Amino acid sequence: MTTLDSGVDTLADVTSSEDRLRRFLLGLPGVDQVGAEARAATLSSRSIKTTAKQYALDLAISMIDLTTLEGQDTPGKVRALCAKAKRPDPADPTAPQVAAVCVYPDLVATAKRELQGSGINVASVATAFPSGRSSLAIKVQDTKDAVAAGADEVDMVIDRGAFLSGRYAMVFDEIAAIREAAGDAHLKVILETGELVTYDNVRRASWLAMLAGADFIKTSTGKVSPAATLPVTLVMLEAVRDYHEATGLHIGVKPAGGIRTAKDAIKYLVTVNETAGPDWLDPELFRFGASSLLNDLLMQRTKLATGHYPGPDYFTLD
Amino acid sequence: MSRFEYAPAPESRAIVDIKSSYGLFVNGQFTDATDGKPFKTVSPSSEEVLAEVSEAGPADVDRAVRAARKAYEKVWGPMSGKDRAKYLFRIARLIQERSRELAVLESLDNGKPIRESRDVDIPLVAAHFFYYAGWADKLEYAGAGDDPRPWGVAGQVIPWNFPMLMLAWKIAPALAAGNTVVLKPAETTPLTALAFAEICQQADLPPGVVNIVTGAGRTGQALVEHPDVDKIAFTGSTAVGRAIAKAIAGTEKAVTLELGGKAANIVFEDAPIDQTIEGIVNGIFFNQGHVCCAGSRLLVQESVYDEVLGRLKRRMETLRVGDPLDKNTDIGAINSPAQLAKIRELSQIGEDEGAERWSPECELPSQGYWFPPTVFTGVSQAHRIAREEIFGPVLSVLTFRTPAEAVEKANNTPFGLSAGIWTEKGSRILWMANQLRAGVVWANTFNRFDPTSPFGGYKESGYGREGGRHGLEAYLAH
Repeated sequence: MTTLDSGVDTLADVTSSEDRLRRFLLGLPGVDQVGAEARAATLSSRSIKTTAKQYALDLAISMIDLTTLEGQDTPGKVRALCAKAKRPDPADPTAPQVAAVCVYPDLVATAKRELQGSGINVASVATAFPSGRSSLAIKVQDTKDAVAAGADEVDMVIDRGAFLSGRYAMVFDEIAAIREAAGDAHLKVILETGELVTYDNVRRASWLAMLAGADFIKTSTGKVSPAATLPVTLVMLEAVRDYHEATGLHIGVKPAGGIRTAKDAIKYLVTVNETAGPDWLDPELFRFGASSLLNDLLMQRTKLATGHYPGPDYFTLD
Repeated sequence: MSRFEYAPAPESRAIVDIKSSYGLFVNGQFTDATDGKPFKTVSPSSEEVLAEVSEAGPADVDRAVRAARKAYEKVWGPMSGKDRAKYLFRIARLIQERSRELAVLESLDNGKPIRESRDVDIPLVAAHFFYYAGWADKLEYAGAGDDPRPWGVAGQVIPWNFPMLMLAWKIAPALAAGNTVVLKPAETTPLTALAFAEICQQADLPPGVVNIVTGAGRTGQALVEHPDVDKIAFTGSTAVGRAIAKAIAGTEKAVTLELGGKAANIVFEDAPIDQTIEGIVNGIFFNQGHVCCAGSRLLVQESVYDEVLGRLKRRMETLRVGDPLDKNTDIGAINSPAQLAKIRELSQIGEDEGAERWSPECELPSQGYWFPPTVFTGVSQAHRIAREEIFGPVLSVLTFRTPAEAVEKANNTPFGLSAGIWTEKGSRILWMANQLRAGVVWANTFNRFDPTSPFGGYKESGYGREGGRHGLEAYLAH
């Protein structure tokens, strides 16, 4: 079966049994590693200047999920992060807000209170993040806790062990269960591409997540190296583009981890623009999971406006 | 917020210093031509006159050959391989140092996008000089016998599609092997060869080792027919290649010819689809399709025809056509009005013969020579656009049902320069590569070059090989 001629009905069919799901995923077109990486390299050679750069910097800021996922996180730290999310550049109120603040479930309530009325979403990692190695019951409860505390978005991790051993139906069922537990919250499915290793696996996992009800597919937890890379994101963008062609549905993509500079962020935006298309240039459909990226974007933004680089102390720590 | 429109990002021209007129480079000096009329070289993207260039007549060619002969006998031939290598390494480093300037000059004179001249052409040029510099003192290990000798004076005629790269393909192995050269660049793209002449001066290359004679067909003919030239190397059209073969028949001149092509790019149903689309685009739209090994015949397995075509068209819509000096341009200008006329004529014939023509919406600049990326569907083997080399951004799409049929169709051409195979099945790649009568067969990629890899054709695509050890052998008598 090819990806383009599979309509909604046939896609429902492929998830009707474990065997069919498996055959569908294994029947997806392969990804040639050399070619995918060469394409990503070509896309990174686009030269984005002047007005296009201004547009890109502001767009990138508005796509950030400002994240703190540390064992040492405290309500104070989260409040500081929320303040930054609302007003990234205290010196320049024209800097856009970020898209969301992403925290562990126990800190969702704090973030929710801080962000009340700002329009900024609260995202929470659930499902035994980052390894995902606990029972489904616990993952479901984790998700419910986050949503009950007010999370607008849930970032779940897939069971990579199950995926790599070919138990696709198990991964599918788990995503579907979390989808249900998350209720109205947006579901972002973390594939942890660094552990899936091959681009073929990335493409299969992307389709698996989309078929199971993901609103977003996300590269990484940020706890595994390599985290997001441009070729991996390219393959995922191709998958959402093909899924859209097959079903009419728009699924978002979120590279996370390791994107630290404005220059890198712009390469991602170019890749989005030329792969999935301009529809995806929207915080509804593309996010950066990054925290250190924001200050570099703000610094480049100030440079464009004033002609010189301010020092790092002109931007807040978090 | 609006859509993400890329603002123009033009490469600065200020780095290039183009003189208003150029003489010939003979015996280490720029000299006036004695018996030819000067001609102008224009930028194909703007029709701006860039410089006036001398035309070398037979007397000038004779001067250049005599200078090369003298340098061969007195200096370059007797010199140790190790010392020749030093000069070649020096040239390679100078090319790297001046790479930005050379890339801009190439894009100005040729019309190709700076992305390609900067990222592909010039790095490969330097790589060729580095590679052959390494061979200069190891000739006896190149597989050309125990005591390989240079031919003597090499007469080299190169085309306009990769002016600097073709110069490197010709001059680097010739000098490494101990020959001296007289090279004629194409009349529409002489500027980088003249910049190379300056690099030879900068490298203190002994006078006469490299001579550059500019001009058109008449100059080339004088060079090919000169009795004191020992070896001819030509890259260009099959018609001229045939004329050269006739002209030197019965003489003792050695020859390599790298001529036209009509490569089959073969896509199987299990191909890695997204990379295949990139490969098709790269195969035919790279350098505006001005590539002798371009994948101009797309052979698609019928079962994936609709999918491949749909994706190809969607991808073609993202191609950016325009100013070659803009770093975001994917497709630049057609090199000359004559070439544009030929592309238009053959495309019209394609339509007249019933093939369906499609191009993405794209605005072409009003000045200069432009042709949009174009795909013809419903093409059969009997169509002229499936047989003749168009040498432009025009792709003909044919279909096949079985591997054997793909091989048959791919080989059913007077040419045999290159071919591409797209499949995830390794055994099929190997089987196909053995069946295809083409000098280069790419698998899951297209238009990849490396100095270590030989390049050359079957049938009307010419004979001899350039690149790698084979390319060195072509400059050695044994």
